[in-house]
Amino acid sequence: MTDAQHLLADEVTVGYGRQVVLNGVTVRLGRGETVGLRGPSGCGKSTLVRVLALLHRPDQGRVSIDGTPVDGTRYAVPVALRTRVAALFQSPRAAADPRLSLADLIAEPLRATRTPEPTVRERVAELADLVGLTADLRGRRPHAVSDGQLQRACLARALVHRPDYLLCDEATAMLDASTQAHVAAVISDYQRTRQAGVLVISHDQTLLERWSDRIVDLAAATRARA
Amino acid sequence: MTTTESVSAPASPRVAAGQPLLTVDRLGVEFRLRDTTVRAVSDLSLTVRAGELLAIVGESGCGKSVLAHALLGLLPGNATTTGHAVLHEPDSEPVDLITCGQRHLARRVRGRRLGLVPQSPATALNPVRTGRRLLAETLRAHGRDRADAEQLAVDVGLDPTDLDRYPHELSGGMAQRLVTALALAPDPALLIADEPTTGLDRPLVDHTLDLLRRRCDNGSAVVLITHDLAAAQRVADTVAVMYASRIVEHRDTDQLFTAPAHPYASALLDALPDRAFRPVPGDPPMLTALPPGCAFAPRCPRRTDACTDRPEPTPVTGGGTAACHHPILPGATT
Repeated sequence: MTDAQHLLADEVTVGYGRQVVLNGVTVRLGRGETVGLRGPSGCGKSTLVRVLALLHRPDQGRVSIDGTPVDGTRYAVPVALRTRVAALFQSPRAAADPRLSLADLIAEPLRATRTPEPTVRERVAELADLVGLTADLRGRRPHAVSDGQLQRACLARALVHRPDYLLCDEATAMLDASTQAHVAAVISDYQRTRQAGVLVISHDQTLLERWSDRIVDLAAATRARA
Repeated sequence: MTTTESVSAPASPRVAAGQPLLTVDRLGVEFRLRDTTVRAVSDLSLTVRAGELLAIVGESGCGKSVLAHALLGLLPGNATTTGHAVLHEPDSEPVDLITCGQRHLARRVRGRRLGLVPQSPATALNPVRTGRRLLAETLRAHGRDRADAEQLAVDVGLDPTDLDRYPHELSGGMAQRLVTALALAPDPALLIADEPTTGLDRPLVDHTLDLLRRRCDNGSAVVLITHDLAAAQRVADTVAVMYASRIVEHRDTDQLFTAPAHPYASALLDALPDRAFRPVPGDPPMLTALPPGCAFAPRCPRRTDACTDRPEPTPVTGGGTAACHHPILPGATT
């Protein structure tokens, strides 16, 4: 299945020390679909996102992108492959480098892949417009903006390499209703135009039902224990 | 859980239910920055009654948290506060939180009579003390038995064995429950809870909200500052909607959620995933450059020339107030 259009976690098992968090989990995220993922606190939802985002190597099982198995994590993965997946996390304060202006925060992944500077500036302006960051906000650093504004910058950063798969781990949990609806609308638009696959994790059942095409229960995605 | 109530609400003189506990009168807060002034709270008046759970909701940056910090005297040095906020209690003289001075606030008011559940628990906890030690200190300072620590932990949904952990060993949600327990320890007559459910999953959110609700049913009062409209709808008696430093609508919870009068309140409710899931059109104004009239007018579908005059809070049908020249009348479609 080399032409498969999906991000796949195949029978993934992950533990921290002796504690097994994911035990043979299989989750398939297809291009063009939005999948909701639910499960109680501590069931391993965030660990699964870290595995799918190529930030954590599973103990067993593997991740494949459009049929290509991924070996290793982070910088060990070729740029062309790892930029296909992006993640947006719950706390932008913890995710964003406090020393960078919002514009530099968005630009960093482009500069890290040696994109020419004129292209970087053009792309940053385009994304900042997309997520609704005014010119004034782009020059500010994280301490001078609200959580909602910072999360919009993190969303722009996540989209900067035009990923085919976007993972949202409680990405709107700390946002007010209006900002939540705005962030969700930007992600949905991107999902439609790019035919991207979007994984949404939330404790909010109403939000999951409204936002996703189908909902996966993490317990049900776990292999029955022999 | 009878023991729960005996610990989290020991018998102390309370204002009779329904009597005003806190009256805020034309409160204003400004921050002086190098080249500009930020108006974070403007002409804000409200009353919190004993037994009442008031929720303050609004978009981020509307001034909700600044209001909490102003009442507690925790604003930074570049802030100027105007107006009054009087705390009434049966056994003591009424105290004006704005004018009484830091010394009085620190010794007599903060923590004891007016509690705060702070917004970011990670920065509010002393990193070199375990949860048990932090709780014991607070209990002792308020003349209570340190053994109550375990029961307080249970009340907020924290496993007592987790009390022996240091703050960095706690998850965000555990730290949140610990600061809630710390705020409840002195049993304040009025508790201000600033986003007390951040980082908690749904069952714990409900647990925390029910705990706050029970305090009110026992005659205390709670001001719940939240961005979570569903939480406000679940437990609040009244809801105040803040927009750009002002309260634009203050109504009974049911009335606000069924028939909002202010166009902003209506637009905010439409952003909920179980309603239209549509963001409020446009961007919130900068607090450094608020328009002279209604601050919502540039985003408002109902604006007219009259909106260049600032609307005052006015009674609306069914009770409560809304600050709008063109409120949505009950039964109207827009």
